[in-house]
Amino acid sequence: MVKHRLQRNIQYGILVVLGLCFLLPLFWILLASFDTNAQQGIKFPNFTLDNFSAVLGDSGNLRSFGVGIILSGGQATLVVLASVLAAYPLSRYEMRFKKSFLLSILFMTALPITAVMVPVFQMFLFFKLQNSIFATMLFLTSSSLPYGIWMMKSFMDSVPIDLEEAAWIDGASVWGGLRRIVAPLMLPGIATIAIFTFSGSWGNFFVPYILLQTPEKLPASVTIYQFFGSHGMVEYGRLAAFSLLYTMPSVVLYMFSQRYMSKGFSMGGATKG
Amino acid sequence: MKRKSRGAFLFLTPSVLLLLIFFIVPIILTICFAFTNMALTGSAARNLQFIGFQNFTNMFQDPDFRISVWRTLVFLIFSAVIGQVVLGFILALLMKEKNVTFRRIIGIIVIAGWVTPEIVVAFCMVAFFSDNGSLNQIIGWFGISPVSWLFSFPMVSVIIANIWHGTAFSMMVYQSALDEIPKDIEEAATIDGASNFKILSYITIPMVKGSIVTNMMLVTLQTLGVFTLIYTMTGGGPGTATQTLPVFMYNQAFVNYQFGYGTAISLVLLVIGIVASLFYMKSMKVKV
Repeated sequence: MVKHRLQRNIQYGILVVLGLCFLLPLFWILLASFDTNAQQGIKFPNFTLDNFSAVLGDSGNLRSFGVGIILSGGQATLVVLASVLAAYPLSRYEMRFKKSFLLSILFMTALPITAVMVPVFQMFLFFKLQNSIFATMLFLTSSSLPYGIWMMKSFMDSVPIDLEEAAWIDGASVWGGLRRIVAPLMLPGIATIAIFTFSGSWGNFFVPYILLQTPEKLPASVTIYQFFGSHGMVEYGRLAAFSLLYTMPSVVLYMFSQRYMSKGFSMGGATKG
Repeated sequence: MKRKSRGAFLFLTPSVLLLLIFFIVPIILTICFAFTNMALTGSAARNLQFIGFQNFTNMFQDPDFRISVWRTLVFLIFSAVIGQVVLGFILALLMKEKNVTFRRIIGIIVIAGWVTPEIVVAFCMVAFFSDNGSLNQIIGWFGISPVSWLFSFPMVSVIIANIWHGTAFSMMVYQSALDEIPKDIEEAATIDGASNFKILSYITIPMVKGSIVTNMMLVTLQTLGVFTLIYTMTGGGPGTATQTLPVFMYNQAFVNYQFGYGTAISLVLLVIGIVASLFYMKSMKVKV
């Protein structure tokens, strides 16, 4: 028994050390954001909100947040719409190419998007689409569609078909059944997919960095890089405050998704971070 | 009850169109462009030519390419396989059957690194490893003189950064897998006098083997595509010290404007991804 307790305490000890290792880098950004004289090391600041007001007072920063919301929000909406539509026949009907289609979708969820960026840029160049927020949004949409369709299909499979059939008997069309019966019952699933998509592209740096050029069209993820990439003297405090503000939506949405997830839906298949 | 419908496939049109334009076409273009001398500047920009396997011959002779492949492998093995997969498993295992509040706190701390966008992770890590950063402060308490981590150990720095960012995902996968193991099996083994190590290697690990394999493939695929973290932390440097394949591809295509060559590197990346992706699908044993 003594041996057992010792073992348990050692395990707790290891966890505390690992936890501290994970906490440290984060701790710095928290402290620095409240410190106008922040440096790269950890020090306790005279707490002030000056960094935050400076970041929020800059119209360029605000615009970059706005662009980020348009880009990621538009993408999430399009992914949800397209994948609800696609999931419907995949979940409800027998089709000749269904199996191969679903397998290709699953295959695409796992492909690293980094690998197609060069030809995508060439396509954008050829069709004069570079610097178009809408075209970038469409590309982002298709890059998360495979995952969206795959998840949406498994969510839809768990909605019983009887309810829909009852609606048809009452005179509803296929489209009406999807819109009034299936979609409302799938709200937790839809929310989960929307949140995953939004967070994914909110944090995406590479795609807008390649496909967008003018400063006014750059989302927060790229602005933040220019902040610490190209300025000679970095204002660490402001940068930390910007980073925290920029991270917030991801954190809040993650917490929301946890609530939806815990409603007992299984992730059904691929789970991707 | 499943029915047949002629019209239903129309619902697939928007998705199929988007995937075709932005997924399938770029993949086909990758295969075509990789065999051309496409460039944005210079004589090749005006004179696009099919050059056969020239890009690939150049590539395999290019010491920068070979070292990029090597660095990508090192990055994959240390940050994905050893780092995230093993550390994630250790965390999940240690957290099993611990005090709920304690478990939750550790969980939140680890997941915080995962929820944080890659670019912010890069920024935190640059500060952490910088000359006056937290890491040097801490080793200073033990009387160790500061080290220029990003300059002297750039690969170690980006590997640690990726582990910090990614481990939570593996941890969560393993937590739910471990929770599904029926308690009485391990208890019975304990009563029979099996040591913890024996229980782990003969009962626990075999029972979650499926999750381990699937997770390992997925983490490997994600790590293969990592660009932002490395590019924003070190820019592939100092020199070419952290130039993995995605960074090398970026430099050739977008810095040197050698699109043909850049696409050839993309193709190599794509082929590695396709092979890994097929293994991943096989490991999942999907039912469709």
